[in-house]
Amino acid sequence: MRLFLPLVVTFVCGIVMILHFFIPHRPISTIGDGLTDWYMIVASAAIFLGAANLVQVHVHRINTKARNWQYSPVVLIGFLAMMAAGLVWGVEESLPFDYMFQTMVVPMGATMFSLLAFFVASAAFRAFRASNWRATLLLASAFIVMLGRVPIGGMIWKQIPVISEWMMQVPNMAGQRAVMIGAALGVVATSLRMIFGIERSYLGGAD
Amino acid sequence: MNWEIIGIWLGAVLTLMLYSFLYRDNPFYKFAEHLFVGMSAGYWVIYNIFNVLKPNFWDELTGAGDGSPDYFMIIPGVFGLFMLARLVPKIAGLSRMALAMIVGTGAGLSLVSTLQTNCLSQIEGTIMPLSGVGTMGFIDNLIVVVGVVCGLVYFFFSKPHEGITGKAAGAGITILMVAFGASFGYTVMARISLLIGQAQFLLFDWLPTMGIHL
Amino acid sequence: MRKILEKLDRVDRRVIYLLMALSVFVPLSLRLSYPIPVGEGPSRDLFDAIEAMPSGSVVLVSYDYDPSTMPELQPMAVALTQHMFTRGHRIIAMALWPQGASLSQEAMTAVGDSLGKAQYDDWVNLGYTVGAGVSIVRMGSSIRAVFPQDRDGFPYDSIPLLTRVQSLRDIDLVISLSAGDPGIHAWVMMAGDRFGLPVGGGCTAVSAPEFYTYLGTGQMLGLLGGLKGAADYETMVREGRENAPAGLATPGMAAQSIAHLVIMAFIIIGNISYLVIHKRRKGAPK
Repeated sequence: MRLFLPLVVTFVCGIVMILHFFIPHRPISTIGDGLTDWYMIVASAAIFLGAANLVQVHVHRINTKARNWQYSPVVLIGFLAMMAAGLVWGVEESLPFDYMFQTMVVPMGATMFSLLAFFVASAAFRAFRASNWRATLLLASAFIVMLGRVPIGGMIWKQIPVISEWMMQVPNMAGQRAVMIGAALGVVATSLRMIFGIERSYLGGAD
Repeated sequence: MNWEIIGIWLGAVLTLMLYSFLYRDNPFYKFAEHLFVGMSAGYWVIYNIFNVLKPNFWDELTGAGDGSPDYFMIIPGVFGLFMLARLVPKIAGLSRMALAMIVGTGAGLSLVSTLQTNCLSQIEGTIMPLSGVGTMGFIDNLIVVVGVVCGLVYFFFSKPHEGITGKAAGAGITILMVAFGASFGYTVMARISLLIGQAQFLLFDWLPTMGIHL
Repeated sequence: MRKILEKLDRVDRRVIYLLMALSVFVPLSLRLSYPIPVGEGPSRDLFDAIEAMPSGSVVLVSYDYDPSTMPELQPMAVALTQHMFTRGHRIIAMALWPQGASLSQEAMTAVGDSLGKAQYDDWVNLGYTVGAGVSIVRMGSSIRAVFPQDRDGFPYDSIPLLTRVQSLRDIDLVISLSAGDPGIHAWVMMAGDRFGLPVGGGCTAVSAPEFYTYLGTGQMLGLLGGLKGAADYETMVREGRENAPAGLATPGMAAQSIAHLVIMAFIIIGNISYLVIHKRRKGAPK
């Protein structure tokens, strides 16, 4: 019974969405539309769960004086400040919530990911080895694309951008398509296993 | 008080705090990193309230939107509460119901859509003419057809990669290497673009606030 | 020579970081600029598709990214918005990523104000929706069901631009500016293949290679890939308009060029030192 009801819910929801695809008429369309409306509400609860979990984890870290606990108040203050600004003034432009987003969240988000440029450079120096002919082919392909996608490539040789675009549209597309078809078959198989209750690992987290 | 300049300085100081990680891990980096996590979470919750929960749930339930309350909205509301039950160990099992709804709906939708878009349409796109397309067209189409088929053979592990299967898998991994090379090239490009964006911010937005114009 | 290579092999990672930083900051400081020739390809295909649409067409632009990929995607958003507004198209903005709702507002307001376009008549920002593909499917029968109000709480039914837009079938083109999932995949699957809408897109360079599969099958009519795609689009939008501003992506392409050369040099030097040192170790007695 512990798993029976959730498995029934999964099965019914899955079948409704499949029928909704093939029979876009009443009553299936009405049921399908209703389910998608409900889905949005339940999925948004997952975001609250994530936020609540974040608060829970950092409060626990402060209480237990875990390693680097001194930074946990920063998380909580950032979270509460953003929440307060949004709840009090709303999300419209030029108000505190939007100001904090534009002046703090945007540069921090962009910087965090721009750090990867340095790590890619380091990896380029230390890890990308032409250790066999296929690895050499990979690097050659990367070089052509890297040159072909910037203006200096065309300045070195006019044909580099043309070759680069050909590589993207022919061999790259062939490889990506093989990956895509393979992954799609995996998604189809996993979805079927979930709908029919064979795959249950997603229900295993809670006691 | 010039809020625009204060904003630029806030952004620049936080940017430099994060870049300090390149020297070594330090308290400034950790401070900015934790602040980012907290503020991002706050942003998500607020947008979720104003853009999803209020209009799609509360207004529908109470009739604040079109004047007619939809009491069926109690059902997703209860499922949403089930999701939050995960925070309370004693009733955490209820969250399975909410997860089941999310997973079931997602699985049903992605089953047919993925099959149609990423499988059948791609197979259809690989059925290409090898005659009447000129020499270059012939070569291109042949590479695509052979590349896709051999790439799929490489991913097929139910038969040992020996003999003709092994040769096809070998051709498959070769075409995959070219594709991965292209992906690597593009990845390098992406990472540098992000750095350029922040460099432009520091050089052309922040430095001018100190009277330095490049 | 070998000693130099051995020293290089042990070089501190911070030296590499410094060189990387210089390769970006120096060209930007010197305001280096290279011409950006735009050949045939997915960038031009998207431009031509928008160019060919009749004035007054309704385009739905989904901002499926956040600040982490803003340097690549925001220039595309601005250039696309400029192009569509100058062609007289109307834009419905929305976001499958929460932070995209603010970034879209920034782009729409800036470009809309500069070209004299009015919010709610020429453009509207519906804001963020959770649920990705599921929401798109629902929009296929009713956009209002997903967005009963716009980002700022203005009711859907009282927005003039939306009076004749009930579902995705009333949209002429969908453009997803995508940093990952949910993004272009979801739009192609749901809006494109399920409801038959033409789908174009802009994406981070990381994900551009995988979308060539959709371009090859015609499931997408054009694609802007990374900063290069954005610079291409800015160049095409500026064609024939000498005084138009340079855009956000174009000034970065010189730095991008130099940084690519530096990375390639790193790979070559790294491989030479690997080969020399590896050979020596291979020959050493065990």
